[in-house]
Amino acid sequence: MLSIKNLKVSIEDKEILKGINLEIKPGEIHAIMGPNGSGKSTLAAALSGRDYASVTGGSITFLGNDLLEMSPEDRARAGLFLGFQYPVEIPGVSMVNFMRSAVNEKRKYQKLEPLSSSDFLKLMREKKEVVEIDSNLTNRSVNEGFSGGEKKKNEIFQMAMLEPKLAILDETDSGLDIDALRVVANGVNKLHSPENATIVITHYQRLLDYIVPDFVHVLYQGRIVKSGDKTLAYELEEKGYDWIKEEVIAG
Amino acid sequence: MSENNKILNELTQSDYKYGFVTDIETESIPKGLSEEVVAIISAKKNEPEWMLEFRLKAFRHWQKMTMPKWAHLELPEINYQDIIYYSAPKQSAKLNSLDEVDPELLDTFNKLGIPLEEQKALAGVAVDAVMDSVSVKTTFKETLAEKGIIFCSFSEAVQNHPDLIKKYMGSVVPYTDNYFAALNSAVFSDGSFCYIPKGIRCPMELSTYFRINAANTGQFERTLIVAEEGSYVSYLEGCTAPQRDENQLHAAIVEIVAMDHAQVKYSTVQNWYPGDKNGIGGIYNFVTKRGICKGDFSKISWTQVETGSAITWKYPSCILRGNNSIAEFYSVAVTNNHQQADTGTKMIHIGKNTKSTIISKGISAGFSENSYRGLVKVMKGAENARNYSQCDSLLLGDKCGAHTWPYIEVDNKTAIVEHEATTSKIGEDQIFYCNQRGIDTETAISLIVNGYAKEVLNKLPMEFAVEAQKLLAITLEGSVG
Ligand SMILES: Nc1ncnc2c1ncn2[C@@H]1O[C@H](COP(=O)(O)OP(=O)(O)OP(=O)(O)O)[C@@H](O)[C@H]1O
Ligand SMILES: [Mg+2]
Repeated sequence: MLSIKNLKVSIEDKEILKGINLEIKPGEIHAIMGPNGSGKSTLAAALSGRDYASVTGGSITFLGNDLLEMSPEDRARAGLFLGFQYPVEIPGVSMVNFMRSAVNEKRKYQKLEPLSSSDFLKLMREKKEVVEIDSNLTNRSVNEGFSGGEKKKNEIFQMAMLEPKLAILDETDSGLDIDALRVVANGVNKLHSPENATIVITHYQRLLDYIVPDFVHVLYQGRIVKSGDKTLAYELEEKGYDWIKEEVIAG
Repeated sequence: MSENNKILNELTQSDYKYGFVTDIETESIPKGLSEEVVAIISAKKNEPEWMLEFRLKAFRHWQKMTMPKWAHLELPEINYQDIIYYSAPKQSAKLNSLDEVDPELLDTFNKLGIPLEEQKALAGVAVDAVMDSVSVKTTFKETLAEKGIIFCSFSEAVQNHPDLIKKYMGSVVPYTDNYFAALNSAVFSDGSFCYIPKGIRCPMELSTYFRINAANTGQFERTLIVAEEGSYVSYLEGCTAPQRDENQLHAAIVEIVAMDHAQVKYSTVQNWYPGDKNGIGGIYNFVTKRGICKGDFSKISWTQVETGSAITWKYPSCILRGNNSIAEFYSVAVTNNHQQADTGTKMIHIGKNTKSTIISKGISAGFSENSYRGLVKVMKGAENARNYSQCDSLLLGDKCGAHTWPYIEVDNKTAIVEHEATTSKIGEDQIFYCNQRGIDTETAISLIVNGYAKEVLNKLPMEFAVEAQKLLAITLEGSVG
């Protein structure tokens, strides 16, 4: 589904990602961990087509297409979803209008007719239940005045609405209380299927108790320096990153 | 440079949809302005002596005045001798039916989406169409007449309802009011007149559609609306002009009189040609609009969506003279490329318990300058006057300007005057957030802008609101992406 080969990304002429290789198949859940500033969000930015993250080398194939040739909106329409670490507020734009545009743009890309108002509202209702989001949030402007946790929930709601093939969740767990964490994790699990894949970027093993990853990767100084199964996450939780840093220096 | 700023810089002018010219025979008088020209205009319209007197007085006053310079506009020198002050589509002297209207002319209004054939006309909207200097056709006149409503061209009103015109013309905007009001009073060629008798609720929207067609011609129309006690009318005004390299002058007057318990709702979608992306051509729009809430419990509300013109100088105002009268001003002004707008309102509270609301939303893109200028004045006797003003500016890009000049003069201690202002920018982060959900930049801007202007757009009559939303998107097309 996603194949990243030797990806190099610079921000303002500074190389942040120094050759990333990653293969993701349908049905898989990958966790990416790593110290602050190691480049996790930069990877998400490069995948979603954010312009400040300029790709200086390597390739990304997504569902058989050259992802780097696609505009950010086409990547989204093709099924790539990014749950933002810091979701932005868009005052004045109602969630309903925003989601209707998003859903219908995607349908247009798939050569489907736009949803009728009633079908759309029905879809909203269904998905609200899946992610247990409060109606008073979806009746407001996009993220406007939402608390940190509410914003994260709203990301999962949008993911539910758009049914992506590949979801990249950038620290969706940070800022969530225990209940919200469970709700968000449940949402992700309910939406997971053998046809789609998920990348969860996180600092905490805690989330991975709920969303069980098939693979765990450690990103450090712009490289994936270690990969393993879910036990790697426990090891990190216990020992921190120093031993990995030492390994890197020794290697 | 970031992507968003890059695209903001790649300003491409979207096509102005109404830029065509109608090939029609017109009758115009030579360029220039003098007492003689004023007299010719009056004679062409076969006006009574009192009308000519009014024009001449205005003209003599105008000669003593100079163009106002206080607005935040880069005003070019206007050579008033280089303008044609009267131009009319040639047609038989008096039209008895639509069949006698030049088909080219009908076609023009059809192209603009303004059907003049009544059977095809939008249900519930009566139209007065003004091309260059004269009113072409007023629809639904007879239906309205049954209720005693007068809706006709200004020239006809001068002929057929001289008492009403004499009584009210210049009563809200005297010719001495300002430079452009004086000019208009001297040379105005046509416009609309509307009279709603006591207790009548006008059963349909009344609408005037202004079109400048001829080159080198100024358009000077005036509109007068009189709403008698307990009456109601909703009035719409639309305007377009061909795309030309030279600038054209439009200086209009609108006067509204509302008696006890009368309500007048005046909505404008202003879409004069704004000039090209380099700022060449476009209409100079200098308009004086003012209403008086003359009677107790009367209400006037102005709603405007300003998207066109190279220069806009316009302050639809209200004099709240009747006790408990209400005035409202809702405005969205969009400027792109090299457009300049200085617009706002004046609310003059004279009566007791009077209440005014001002909601102004400025949107600037490109290299444009967008200013809100508003005065709230509470006179000595205006016990318990209230005003709420909210002036918001939205910026797209960093080469445009937004300015807010609120003036507040309060001479009565019981007054409550509130003013709020915000400035915001459409951020790259917001655009990217939309992009990541599959929404392209153009659509994202349109969503954000329409959301921002929603409060004002909601005040427009339904069909107008949809049109206005599209227009906002078109005006900003090319300002990003
Ligand atoms: N927009 C930007 N402009 C300049 N530098 C940036 C930008 N975004 C990221 N960086 C830099 O790139 C490096 C990697 O940042 P990134 O956000 O990818 O880290 P991260 O692994 O997501 O960290 P965290 O765990 O704190 O979220 C950091 O040194 C950061 O300062
Ligand atoms: Mg990060």
